[in-house]
Amino acid sequence: MTEAIAATARWQSCAIVEIATRTPAIKSFFLRLSETFDYTAGQHVDVRLTAPNGYTAMRSYSIASAPSDSNVIELAIERLADGEVSPFFHDVARIGDMIELRGPLGGHFLWPGPTANPLLLIGAGSGVVPLMAMIRHRKASGEPVPVALLLSSRTWGDVLFRDELLELERSLPDLALALALTREPATRRDDFSRRIDSAMVAGVAARLPVPPGCAFVCGSNAFVDIATDAVLALGLKAMAIKTERYGA
Amino acid sequence: MVTRGFTGRQSGSELSERIPPGQHLVDNFPVLTAGPTPRIEPADWTFTLKVGTRPVKAWNWSEFNALPRTRMTRDIHCVTSWSKLNTAWEGVAIDDILADAGLSAPTPFALAHCYDGYSTNVPLADLATGKAMVALNYEGQPLPRDHGGPARLLVPHLYFWKSAKWVSGLQFTERDEAGFWELRGYHKYGDPWREQRYKND
Repeated sequence: MTEAIAATARWQSCAIVEIATRTPAIKSFFLRLSETFDYTAGQHVDVRLTAPNGYTAMRSYSIASAPSDSNVIELAIERLADGEVSPFFHDVARIGDMIELRGPLGGHFLWPGPTANPLLLIGAGSGVVPLMAMIRHRKASGEPVPVALLLSSRTWGDVLFRDELLELERSLPDLALALALTREPATRRDDFSRRIDSAMVAGVAARLPVPPGCAFVCGSNAFVDIATDAVLALGLKAMAIKTERYGA
Repeated sequence: MVTRGFTGRQSGSELSERIPPGQHLVDNFPVLTAGPTPRIEPADWTFTLKVGTRPVKAWNWSEFNALPRTRMTRDIHCVTSWSKLNTAWEGVAIDDILADAGLSAPTPFALAHCYDGYSTNVPLADLATGKAMVALNYEGQPLPRDHGGPARLLVPHLYFWKSAKWVSGLQFTERDEAGFWELRGYHKYGDPWREQRYKND
């Protein structure tokens, strides 16, 4: 792992080959790597933008695409109103632009590989991005790992990767999908119309065939604290719970 | 490589001298942690100093709080690219911890250990001579749990993953042993001014 990072974490210039609007606030940017790298679902890249006077801005973005032979990776970027880099991507970047990045990075929040124990994934908003890479990898690899995803979003229209997740739920018998909508009523029978709480996490974990062996949680600090307390209450050890919290 | 159409939000020159390359200023205090936030009550808290595997001295919460206090106001820099200026800390300087244990120069390296299983390596030269402390207060208040309370290491001149939250002790080592993130691809030393983010930077 660390060797792979050392060998590949060089800056490279990548072309934007496609831009897709995912939700009102989130767009996906598909970048063609000039130097292909092998990565594990859950990893991120650092993106660096450079102004004409040499000023640079750097941010980390999780990779949404599953590892594959393709040299195109997907980053799903939420536009932050007071942001510096995300408004550039949303308002300025276009197909053909060259973007500097390096990766893959991160040696902790990683798809664990074939395991007998089911995974509990919990995300809020764009926090689903590294979890989506894991679910897409689960689908592509065929590794028989049962997965439950609890995804909190403001509204049905804000659910990132919604249609793909609904399709994956239909096509993958051992994927349980639970949506929690915080600003409008849920319409699917087993979804939730409230903010995350312990009962919700316990209920979603119970949809797995056996209790989860490991949990991945990604979102704001407040969301992650509620989710991890709920997962601890299920009996998982702290070391089996991996988190990513939005930085700045 | 200039990015087409990017100008960025550049700070004034006075501030920009205090911001290492690739970093940007924040006013808030982001929380980044690899796992759940531990709950450590002061009554259950101890701080243990070891040389190799040998425990040299341990302090409980009240003993540790009776050690001499140091204040520091410093700029801090997180490897995820945010920097925060003028953060005010109070705690016990590593020099005073060593003095209370009767140690002067144990070994050239140390590993900080934490209640959540986290660890990180810092050379003695970066801990001693007033450079680092075990922080108990932030901005005049007891250190919040999210930020490592009741106590965290503070090594403000290195990337902030070195300032280990929920610290439970220091272990002096003969060799520079990698800690949690250093084993997972991060730089062994982590100087923000040399942008030592990842291994081989």
